[in-house]
Amino acid sequence: MIHKYKLNGYNIVLDVNSGGVHLVDELTYDMLDNVEPPFEDKCPERVKEKLSRFYSPEDIESCYQEVVELYRNEVLFSEDTYEKFAKYSVPAPIKAMCLLVEQDCNLRCEYCFASQGDYGTGCRMHMDFETGKKALDFLLEKSVGRENLEVDFFGGEPLMNWNVVKQLVEYGRSKEKEYNKNFRFTVTTNGMLLDADKIDFINKEMSNVVLSVDGRKEVNDRMRKRIDGTGSYDRFMPKYKELVEKRNHRNYYVRGTFTKYNLDFSNDVYSLFNEGFDQISVEPCVSDPKEPYSITQSDLPRVFSEYEKLAQMLLINDKQGKHFNFFHFMLDLDQGPCAIKRLRGCSSGNEYVAITPEGDIYPCHQFVGVEDMKMGNINEGTFNEELKKEFAGAHIYSKEDCKKCWARFYCSGGCNANNFIYNGDIHQAHKISCEIEKKRLECAIMMKAAKAAEEQGIEL
Amino acid sequence: MKHIKTINAANLKKTAEKGGCGKCQASCQSACKTSCTVANQKCEK
Repeated sequence: MIHKYKLNGYNIVLDVNSGGVHLVDELTYDMLDNVEPPFEDKCPERVKEKLSRFYSPEDIESCYQEVVELYRNEVLFSEDTYEKFAKYSVPAPIKAMCLLVEQDCNLRCEYCFASQGDYGTGCRMHMDFETGKKALDFLLEKSVGRENLEVDFFGGEPLMNWNVVKQLVEYGRSKEKEYNKNFRFTVTTNGMLLDADKIDFINKEMSNVVLSVDGRKEVNDRMRKRIDGTGSYDRFMPKYKELVEKRNHRNYYVRGTFTKYNLDFSNDVYSLFNEGFDQISVEPCVSDPKEPYSITQSDLPRVFSEYEKLAQMLLINDKQGKHFNFFHFMLDLDQGPCAIKRLRGCSSGNEYVAITPEGDIYPCHQFVGVEDMKMGNINEGTFNEELKKEFAGAHIYSKEDCKKCWARFYCSGGCNANNFIYNGDIHQAHKISCEIEKKRLECAIMMKAAKAAEEQGIEL
Repeated sequence: MKHIKTINAANLKKTAEKGGCGKCQASCQSACKTSCTVANQKCEK
């Protein structure tokens, strides 16, 4: 299977199963519409005839021979030989945990999937230390064979339960040696309660920090409001800058959401860059299409052109020595995750779980509150191994749309939670998310191709 | 080649042979928390 497209003046061909990325001339681009395995020794007459209006017979033959050579080298039209590995997608040790230490929030962001902190429960709760401790014990026990354990402090707003965060970090650290584990703590915060002490603690203990901000002040403050309805930007922005500066701009993301109200979101990405941030993630608001802010099918042409614009702007920035990372354009075409990881996808419900203040276990933070997906409870010592097995088996070959999709080894089956929430089945792809992801991948691959073309002086 | 330039190692198949060690991070935990991209992660083997 191949996927070919034109973007920013490049003709790009992705060989899906080898991961090969090829820059091709117009002739090859046209030829690939007309040929496929099995190949003959010479270019078939029907292909020659079809292309002869625009290209010379010599060029057509030499192009055909190149296509055949790449096919024989298994980097074009290569076969999908991975399905046999899917049977190894069995329950694995749990290595990552999202701790909802605070099911309350000091902001009232309109689009919040957690319903402004309470996950639609109507109850605003804090996790006590004992429950958090049991959660970490659960992780220590269930992570046999895994050294690195990820624990994200999440909410609501986790800084509202700061003492418990500190206690849990201390507890986790106290167990590292005994269990031969390395806790990688992270925190996702809206920044409203950041102060110098918290910044210092976060920078000392947290291997990554996610700082929520939507971009331009007016865009942010329209959605990310305080309880009294006023904006949040002026409160957190100086603190974010202080935090990032103090950790030498390493291992953090400023992370925003774009909605129907700011489809020109490249301006928000650049606003964050202009504020001094160089690790930026801005995500589409995928929600109930009835919500006025939700990105819907009719927005996609605009969203796509904005991603293309952003990719082109980032390339210009790079040339000017003003590099910054945009999370969804980050791609390693050579040293990225192995094919096995790419089959398995996001690991929710299998290697990753979320724990609520009451100790309930869910496959991930996005499933919290979905009663059918409750996997057990830390305090009661229950855990549904059958449900874990179902999630472990949610690989790309178990998803009808994914196994035919060219992007399957990049998104790896997408978000199980979105699939379930919008389609009622973790195996059924959430189409709008797929469309957006595919466009981001096309942009990311184009950026790699553009850089390679420049570095290697490729002209076609 | 005159018509086609390959820009990467195209080594996905090789990664399958010794892959699956599980040392890498869980996907959406890292930065976004709301959408899944796996290919932007690092192999930690």
